[in-house]
Amino acid sequence: METGLNLDWSIAVNALPFLLTGAKLTIIITVVGLLIGFFIGAITGLARTSSNKLFSGISTVYVEIIRGTPILVQALYLYFGVNQLLQHSAGFKIGSTTAGIIAIAINSGAYISEIVRGSIQSIDKGQVEAGRSLGMSSFKTFIYIVWPQALKRMIPPLGNQFIISLKDTSLFAFISVAELTRQGQMSVSATFAAFEIYTFVALLYLCMTMSISLVLRVVERRLDVN
Amino acid sequence: MMIQVIDLHKKFGNLEVLKGIDNNISEQEVVCVIGPSGSGKSTFLRCLNKLEDITSGQVIIDGIDISDPNTNINKVRTELGMVFQQFNLFPHMTVMGNITLAPIKELGISKKEAQENGLKMLDKVGLRDKADVYPSALSGGQQQRVAIARALSMNPKIMLFDEPTSALDPELVGEVLAVMKNLANEGMTMVVVTHEMGFAREVGDRVIFMDEGVIVEENTPEEIFSNPQNERTQAFLSKII
Ligand SMILES: Nc1ncnc2c1ncn2[C@@H]1O[C@H](COP(=O)(O)OP(=O)(O)OP(=O)(O)O)[C@@H](O)[C@H]1O
Ligand SMILES: [Mg+2]
Repeated sequence: METGLNLDWSIAVNALPFLLTGAKLTIIITVVGLLIGFFIGAITGLARTSSNKLFSGISTVYVEIIRGTPILVQALYLYFGVNQLLQHSAGFKIGSTTAGIIAIAINSGAYISEIVRGSIQSIDKGQVEAGRSLGMSSFKTFIYIVWPQALKRMIPPLGNQFIISLKDTSLFAFISVAELTRQGQMSVSATFAAFEIYTFVALLYLCMTMSISLVLRVVERRLDVN
Repeated sequence: MMIQVIDLHKKFGNLEVLKGIDNNISEQEVVCVIGPSGSGKSTFLRCLNKLEDITSGQVIIDGIDISDPNTNINKVRTELGMVFQQFNLFPHMTVMGNITLAPIKELGISKKEAQENGLKMLDKVGLRDKADVYPSALSGGQQQRVAIARALSMNPKIMLFDEPTSALDPELVGEVLAVMKNLANEGMTMVVVTHEMGFAREVGDRVIFMDEGVIVEENTPEEIFSNPQNERTQAFLSKII
């Protein structure tokens, strides 16, 4: 095959430092976004198990809106839509990286909310009755008895969500966040070595998602000793 | 009087499950509650520590009216141990963790003191050597004995049992009943919902027969088992003995 494509992996190797700066930003957006997302998810998930109609109502609306719209639309909406309003009314804009972090936080928060609610509701109500019958308040019963057991059940679905959120950051190439996918696109347009560069990009994502799987498996095993 | 129940009614929605229960239980008394399934035995027991809200009437525990919404129910509950059919041990904690949680978090005693006391309670139920294992490693009978030790760790004045041996394999029933018998001999005030007529006969001071949300008949075990007065009691006993 004389006219065959000559793959030149050195191009990709040369582009690696550039790709790694993108991977670093991918990790930062994912970690910060998920930390905030977990916080949002825990609060709204709890609110949905509460008997307070207002709290559970607000949380349900939030979850439904976020789950019912694509994350790309949410990111575009924030970065272009909301920014247009902000610029007119307050004279400033959210940066693209910040918009990405907010999008991950709000988006993962909705899914984590469901995970938290489901895990809490899956704990047998005999556990609560045992705690209450010992004289513990509902708050203490929740903190010492329900939450630790629920947390353990949350780990596999949370791991799943962490991986999904990490991959979702690739969509922020559309709002010109210099994350891994975007850096890959730029390298390709400079070198035309699409196969080599995208192979590297894919492998870098795989490294990151496999690290998440690994960490969660270790955490799960730790907790399983009990 | 340890427990006073005055015209207790309990409804779940439109379903009236307790239709006016009156009863007094004195200190050190062991009262066994028997009756057909769905007669309201568990509901009655659960009203005694307000695990079920009281629809109307009064429940007075050691002088404190728990049907009064202003009563601090958590404080009263520390004096009322409860043992469930399904044990309800905390699976994420060791046996010692189960037994010391409420004393540490609710009574505010030190961990060391709680553990010393915990070992005494485990001695009582014959499980001192199981302090560091998790509940899942125990047999049903052992789990229920830990549950009894957990309730005792709060140093309650009254113990409530809801069919404590019904979930156990027959060969494990005896060890749990033996622990309960010891407790009774030590003078614990006990209310026991049970299908173990042998236990009721031997350990009970009084047997209450419930049907359809009312107390149909109550008497000493000898009287109620050998000479039941009400025909519903007769029918029930003839079926199970
Ligand atoms: N939380 C609840 N909501 C609605 N109905 C209930 C509830 N708990 C109990 N009931 C109903 O109240 C009635 C009495 O129930 P209870 O559990 O007190 O009976 P029981 O005498 O303990 O029966 P068993 O011997 O089967 O345990 C039953 O008809 C039951 O279906
Ligand atoms: Mg029952």
